[in-house]
Amino acid sequence: MATKVLRKSHAFYDTYFRNPSPDKKMLHYCPGCGHGNVHKMIAEALEDYDVADKTIFISPVGCSVFAYYYFATGNIQAAHGRAPAVSTGIKRAHPDSIIISYQGDGDLAAIGTAEIIHAANRGECITVFFVNNAIYGMTGGQMAPTTLVGQKTTTSPMGRRPSNEGYPIKVAELISQLHAPVYIERVSLHDNKQRAKARLAIRKAIKCQVDKLGFSLVEILSPCPSGWKMDPVDSMRWIEETMQENFPLGVYRDLTKEAEPYTPEILNPTAEAILNLLDIDTELDFKYERKNPPEKYKNPEMKVAGFGGQGILLLGGAMAQAGMLENYHVSWLPSYGPEMRGGTANCHVNIRDIEVGSPMVSDPSVLIAMNRPSLEKFEQDVKKGGLIIYDSSLIDIEPTRKDIEILAIPATKMADQLGNTRIANMVVFGAYMGYTGLMGKETLYESLKTAIKHKRFLDINVKAIDAGYQFGSDNQAG
Amino acid sequence: MAKYLMKGNDAIVRGALLAGCRFYFGYPITPASEIAEGAARYFPKVGGTFLQAESEVAAINMVYGASGGGIRAMTASSSPGISLKQEGISYAAGAELPCVIVNIMRGGPGLGNIAPEQSDYNQVVKGGGHGNYKVPVLAPNSAQEMCSLTMKAFDIADKYRAPVYILADGYIGQMMEPVEFPEPVTDLPRKDWAVYADKESKDNLISSIYLDPYELEKHNRKLQKKYAEIEKNEIMCEKFMLEDAEYVVMGYGIVSRVLKTAVEKLRDKKVKIGLLRPITLFPFPKKEIYDLAVKNCKFLVVEMSNGQMVEDVRLTVQGKTTVDLYNRMGGVVPTTDEVIEHIQNRFSV
Repeated sequence: MATKVLRKSHAFYDTYFRNPSPDKKMLHYCPGCGHGNVHKMIAEALEDYDVADKTIFISPVGCSVFAYYYFATGNIQAAHGRAPAVSTGIKRAHPDSIIISYQGDGDLAAIGTAEIIHAANRGECITVFFVNNAIYGMTGGQMAPTTLVGQKTTTSPMGRRPSNEGYPIKVAELISQLHAPVYIERVSLHDNKQRAKARLAIRKAIKCQVDKLGFSLVEILSPCPSGWKMDPVDSMRWIEETMQENFPLGVYRDLTKEAEPYTPEILNPTAEAILNLLDIDTELDFKYERKNPPEKYKNPEMKVAGFGGQGILLLGGAMAQAGMLENYHVSWLPSYGPEMRGGTANCHVNIRDIEVGSPMVSDPSVLIAMNRPSLEKFEQDVKKGGLIIYDSSLIDIEPTRKDIEILAIPATKMADQLGNTRIANMVVFGAYMGYTGLMGKETLYESLKTAIKHKRFLDINVKAIDAGYQFGSDNQAG
Repeated sequence: MAKYLMKGNDAIVRGALLAGCRFYFGYPITPASEIAEGAARYFPKVGGTFLQAESEVAAINMVYGASGGGIRAMTASSSPGISLKQEGISYAAGAELPCVIVNIMRGGPGLGNIAPEQSDYNQVVKGGGHGNYKVPVLAPNSAQEMCSLTMKAFDIADKYRAPVYILADGYIGQMMEPVEFPEPVTDLPRKDWAVYADKESKDNLISSIYLDPYELEKHNRKLQKKYAEIEKNEIMCEKFMLEDAEYVVMGYGIVSRVLKTAVEKLRDKKVKIGLLRPITLFPFPKKEIYDLAVKNCKFLVVEMSNGQMVEDVRLTVQGKTTVDLYNRMGGVVPTTDEVIEHIQNRFSV
């Protein structure tokens, strides 16, 4: 016949070696404190479900900050209020673990309000034990968010006044308003019957995690004789007669029968698969023949400017992409006007034989102006001997500079004739290259492959480049 | 391997994943949101986790938890968000948890603006949170370095069990440049101090509590020894045209790119000037600076802040030479021409 041997749970250390106190067998809690009860119930449940080895206990800030003295599990000590966030991190890292987030009322319901609400709302598969003793124990009896109306503490010496401090926060009720939590119950430690219920609730909450059902929270009304300045017997009576009234016991949510177990999918791709998944194509090899443009067109420092929506940044990106394909050093830097909507967008592009120093182009050797404000704004910045290309179908003025080359191209009109005004940018892309001879058309086509996201637009963009390239080379400077 | 034209912020995401990082916890903030967006897209693809946290505070504490679990984890933010994370970073430093924190700096103080500034030097390089700790800080100045230094940051973090910063600005984050990617890291060793939720690791404890003053002093001495080791082994800097230099300009991040062009142009005018670019801000390249100071080089530090790094340079030269500051604030990036003009006026060259 089996006999029940009364002994300490194996989820506790036999000797509390981390405790600096000479007595390695005793807990550090005050006489009459509820933490010891709760610890014992948790440890017994962990042993009974045979999960102690894969449990990680998150110690909070508060009296239970040293919970790691006792639990023979993995232990992490968290910052004040952050235990649910720390729990989230470790649970996501080790989905098969059992995470116990153990928190007091200051930790959970004051400084860590955001963390508990959101961990609960995400339905993190963790178990939270919320020890509510209506006071800050460790710091010496200050008011907690759960301190009762009229209750005297060191920071509410006249008693908690709703007009100044508001009302006690009811955590079980609050969390039960959320969709995701699976199991929420409030229990108490004030007599044997309640302790037996608390024990069952604690077991159920842990089982909920063992079964991978989701978030569970047990709020435990727990005595703090030192903080309350009562003896342990009066403390129990105070819970029964006063605290319970404010914090009704009971099950606030129980979906343990309905909830489906959830196990996250484990992916562990090979090195080669990782590169593909990151859109890094290891096979890319583009053969090109670098052209030899006139010296004045080499190493362009470009500013490309126009309306937002004209594909200005894309045009600059295509320039840089083409340069990179021909193994030039390139840089592309976007710079939006503060008036982006309906205003100007511009970007800076460098295509150089040697490393690009500053990516910023304040005095461009090439200005591509796709609208009038851009031409007006940047014309004077262009270097002497530089080049301005502008869309003459949209800009009704002409540049005034006489010391630079100017290519006026009716880009938008040409694009319209090809079927879509939005490819005016690619007309100009072709025109610039055709005019200067910096790069061949093959490189421009290749650059489109990354610049144009939707493959169905490739053809029309190729046509735009062809038309622009032709226009550019037909209008080269004598 | 092929090159890719990519934004610095995107290169950080790729670099982190190639380094074997699989956990990203973050909160959106301009100009760092692209990192979160890229992480949301790519982390799950390779079996990782992306989680948008409820706050910066929660995000760094999720990193704390995941890192305690022995895996590579990161977060990214911008200046005001970093202020919020400082609590968690102090805890991670105290508990000796390796992780990577990216700061794409913006203008401050307060809400400031979203333009690039370098005014977080002090809050990042000097520790920033409470307690006696430092955090290695890597300051990339190109899209390529955004990738390669992110990878390096994870190695340094694991080697020393310390949080590591990537400190960059909006320009380096937004700029597209060619990036070459190395092979991905796949087999990372188990960490004997971490909690893996298994029998072998169940006696491990992640904590920064040392209640006894003598124990806490001992822990702090250990941390300081670690920082001394980092100072010995991990300094990185770029030297450009310094061999015969009489004048030295210093700057990091986007400023160093401006300075490089300025040095090139001044060299064309026969000015003997060179650039010293710290790539690690902690550890700081003290020896390199001191060696130039005793050769009587005159220093000009250019910063997009009220002059924060310049204090470290002045401390390092120990009065052996002059150290000037040229600075812009509020998100104004100095142009090459204004820097050249300042140098010519200041040094009459």
